[in-house]
Amino acid sequence: MTNIVEFRNVRKSYGQVEVLKDVSLSVPKGSVVALIGRSGSGKSTALRCVNGLETIQGGELHVCGRRLHEPGTDLRSLRKDVGIVFQSYNLFPHKTVEENITLSPRLTKGLSKAQAKEVAQLVLAQVGLSEKANAYPEQLSGGQQQRVAIARSLAMEPELMLFDEVTSALDPELTGEVLKTIEALARQGMSMILVTHEMSFAKRVANQIVFMHHGVVWETGDGSMFDDPKTPELRNFVGNGL
Amino acid sequence: MNTSLSLAHYLLILQGAGWTIILSLMGFVGGTIVGLPIALGRISKSALLRRSLAAYIALIQGIPLPILMFLCYFGISVMGFNLPALVAAGLAMTAYASAYLAEIWRGSLQSVPNAQWEAAECLALTRFQRMTHVILPQAVKISIPPTIGFLVQIVKNTSYAVVIGFAELTYTARLINNSTFKPFIVFSIAAALYFALCYPLSHYARRLERKLKRA
Repeated sequence: MTNIVEFRNVRKSYGQVEVLKDVSLSVPKGSVVALIGRSGSGKSTALRCVNGLETIQGGELHVCGRRLHEPGTDLRSLRKDVGIVFQSYNLFPHKTVEENITLSPRLTKGLSKAQAKEVAQLVLAQVGLSEKANAYPEQLSGGQQQRVAIARSLAMEPELMLFDEVTSALDPELTGEVLKTIEALARQGMSMILVTHEMSFAKRVANQIVFMHHGVVWETGDGSMFDDPKTPELRNFVGNGL
Repeated sequence: MNTSLSLAHYLLILQGAGWTIILSLMGFVGGTIVGLPIALGRISKSALLRRSLAAYIALIQGIPLPILMFLCYFGISVMGFNLPALVAAGLAMTAYASAYLAEIWRGSLQSVPNAQWEAAECLALTRFQRMTHVILPQAVKISIPPTIGFLVQIVKNTSYAVVIGFAELTYTARLINNSTFKPFIVFSIAAALYFALCYPLSHYARRLERKLKRA
């Protein structure tokens, strides 16, 4: 299978509320897919299903060769392959930048302290924060914290990266530095799914854009779909976004 | 008229203070040994475990400490064990402290944002690793001021051991008063000794809190 992620008729509800209704979409290896849509459209839920933070109730979900719809999926092994970055960074406040990054490689991959430090230097250089290794998260700006969070995920050497509205808590200036980091990753061929409200960014970076509405994939296309929306809902959404 | 107490009286009351310290330590150490697993169990995935521990806490918190003292002292001796007052008081303090410490620590554990759990989970850490490397260090910091604050309660509440005749500070003060009839002097000394034990604790708690905040 050349698709790193494949949703087939996925359903998910919280109690009575159906959040995902019959979602089908696929992410080819090495490609970037942007999920867009209003709050409550199900895009974040779909993303969280990919690394098993949410379980699905119907359909099939294939991620990195694993079948998440089947019970007994080894979520820990899945999460070594799938990194996620959150809107609120979620760095560990009691650890330095370097400790944040080296924690999991040491615990889950058995790296020595020296090896893990090397990895940390590598990923910090990648996000342009080499000089911040010994800082604590609270000493960094929001944009820097978010780049550390990206570095922390990269240190696991994932096959797939998930970004959940990672710039929504940042002001425009800081948003730029985070988006640049993500764009650089995309150029290196990292497979990614991003939930975003940055339409121009989605248009520029994503190979495929998925517009979700009321828990279903409403419209998909490449960047040109914004110029010529097929559905009134997307037209409306894009109109409001400008 | 002889207005002062004899040296023997002073020594006796100091000895009582010594036993108060020992009983406080027994309560705190015992309360930690029993209370920490309870705190962890209170946030476990098993609803049965959570509920039974909640029931234990509600039960202990719903019984006045002097009654716990009586229960440990007389109740257990009815079953054929003759406990010295120190052991009975230690058991009662352990039960009492464990219920309150467990709740303080459960609250501290739960006040670490859920997003921290999630972030650790997404980095493939096991539940145990999440707890020891991510949650506990943050929870400890949150829990220190209320824990030491409660330590002050432990010290003061050891005075209830007076009901089973354990010779801690309150008991010895009463004993000396019975023979000297100088209640104001005797109980003022007892009050000063309690204060001398408790004030450094609360002061230390505040200092520690400031220090941890900087770290």
